[in-house]
Amino acid sequence: MKEMICIVCPVGCHMTIDSNMNVFNNKCKRGEVYAKKELTNPTRVVTSTVRIESNLQRRVPVKTLEPIPKEKIFDLMALLQDVTLKAPVHRGDVVLKNVFDTGIDVVCTMQLEE
Amino acid sequence: MKTYDIIIVGGGAAGVAALHSAYEDGLKIALIEREKTLGGILKQCIHNGFGVHHYKEELTGPEYAQRGIEAIAGYDIDVYTHSTVTDIRKKKAFTLTLMNQDEGEFQLTATAVIMSTGCYERTRGQIQIPGERPAGIMPAGSAQRYLNIDGYLVGKKVFILGSGDIGLIMARRMRLEGAEVLGVAELMPYSNGLTRNIVQCLHDFDIPLFLSHTITNIKGKKRLEQITISQVDERFVPIAGTEKHFDVDTLLLSVGLVPDIKMFDSLNMDISPLTKGAVVDQYFQTSVEGLFACGNSLHVHDLVDFVTQESEQAGAYAKAYVKHGSLRQKKLTSVMPGDRVRYVLPQKLDLTGDQESWRFALRATENAQQGIFRVFQGDHLILEKKARFIAPAEMEHLEVRKDLLVSNEPLKVSLEVIA
Repeated sequence: MKEMICIVCPVGCHMTIDSNMNVFNNKCKRGEVYAKKELTNPTRVVTSTVRIESNLQRRVPVKTLEPIPKEKIFDLMALLQDVTLKAPVHRGDVVLKNVFDTGIDVVCTMQLEE
Repeated sequence: MKTYDIIIVGGGAAGVAALHSAYEDGLKIALIEREKTLGGILKQCIHNGFGVHHYKEELTGPEYAQRGIEAIAGYDIDVYTHSTVTDIRKKKAFTLTLMNQDEGEFQLTATAVIMSTGCYERTRGQIQIPGERPAGIMPAGSAQRYLNIDGYLVGKKVFILGSGDIGLIMARRMRLEGAEVLGVAELMPYSNGLTRNIVQCLHDFDIPLFLSHTITNIKGKKRLEQITISQVDERFVPIAGTEKHFDVDTLLLSVGLVPDIKMFDSLNMDISPLTKGAVVDQYFQTSVEGLFACGNSLHVHDLVDFVTQESEQAGAYAKAYVKHGSLRQKKLTSVMPGDRVRYVLPQKLDLTGDQESWRFALRATENAQQGIFRVFQGDHLILEKKARFIAPAEMEHLEVRKDLLVSNEPLKVSLEVIA
């Protein structure tokens, strides 16, 4: 049995899931879908920053365009350590392409002109 | 001395939205921003989840800021960046004293002023934590700025006091950047943060949350060395024997925000003791005619989407004031919080205005699965609205139609908890 709090809506059901992937204490179907995804393939959008040569600030924010597997989060953080951008940069500029062969890019989320 | 129709003080989400609706060909408008670029606090809020209401998509803070800035990009106005307002006076018009590195000290005048100066974080001194006073104790938002914009990780072993969203977001952020986060303590028996943030910022990284706990001692000669937390009883008094010690070099405080409006003191506007922001009418006008307020400098918001909506209205009314003169009568009707409601905005209503309804913004004082908000005028109940998942951390809105009113008496909004 595993316990899990649903984050799909503000109700926040405290669900339990047994070893056969049966979900209990969820008030709606969406909770069941969320619980199964969380147990089989949990994913997260990762937002962080990378170094930038700019007159305005020393870091520039980035994000994964889609959620990536949760267990890859710290691997991605390590990759971002080695990135240095140079201004100008724009929102949507690709910082890392196809990370861990997920087909997902990391993009810049801020415009810095100088 | 340059003269403007409208001067907007603060170029964050609120100021930019106010400009968007105040702008019109022929009006002379200035926007003043103390940083080098527009965007305000959103620039350091690099996580996502912004814009779901206003733009119907999930954006990061910097992306949300940029959407607003793009909307005003072609405007023929004067933008004073890296400039600080040091004084504001009013005779007939407003005179603002500014300073920046290029021009030194100079003055501008305006018919209307919109304050959109945001809020500041409460510090250790404002919540009276006992113990020694070493370095390494700072508000969570300051640490967020140092990390996300300036590139400094403020510590390696971190504890966080306060489980509001900023505290939770910074717990994850510090952990991702390699710091060890030993825990988050919350005085209340529940977290003030979104469930989603509890799960994705704390559970994902096995960071413990200590509810009904507070910090009861701090040790450290130069740098912070150890904190002690204790459980509290229902009157928030620490319980002896429940102490836990954590060896940390950094304590981040996420213990509340206060409207940052000190620079407007000389105007002597009415301030609400409940919001710590200005008292406003439905035009977002303060007790000083021609001075408008919006965003977190008016009351602290949990969602920037509502800042944008509210500030666009403030901007539109400031424009109406410049074009058509005084917006209101002398006699205003008060709107007050009743049982289980912490505050209601606007605090004043001009009943002669031509609006058919008003949108009240309010906060409850307690959590409820279900409740009923009621609006009374004198002894008359004029409006009831059921609501679910009520929480002090989440702003509620009530649409109140003018034709529901029965007199000129003050209005009162209360909450009944059903479950």
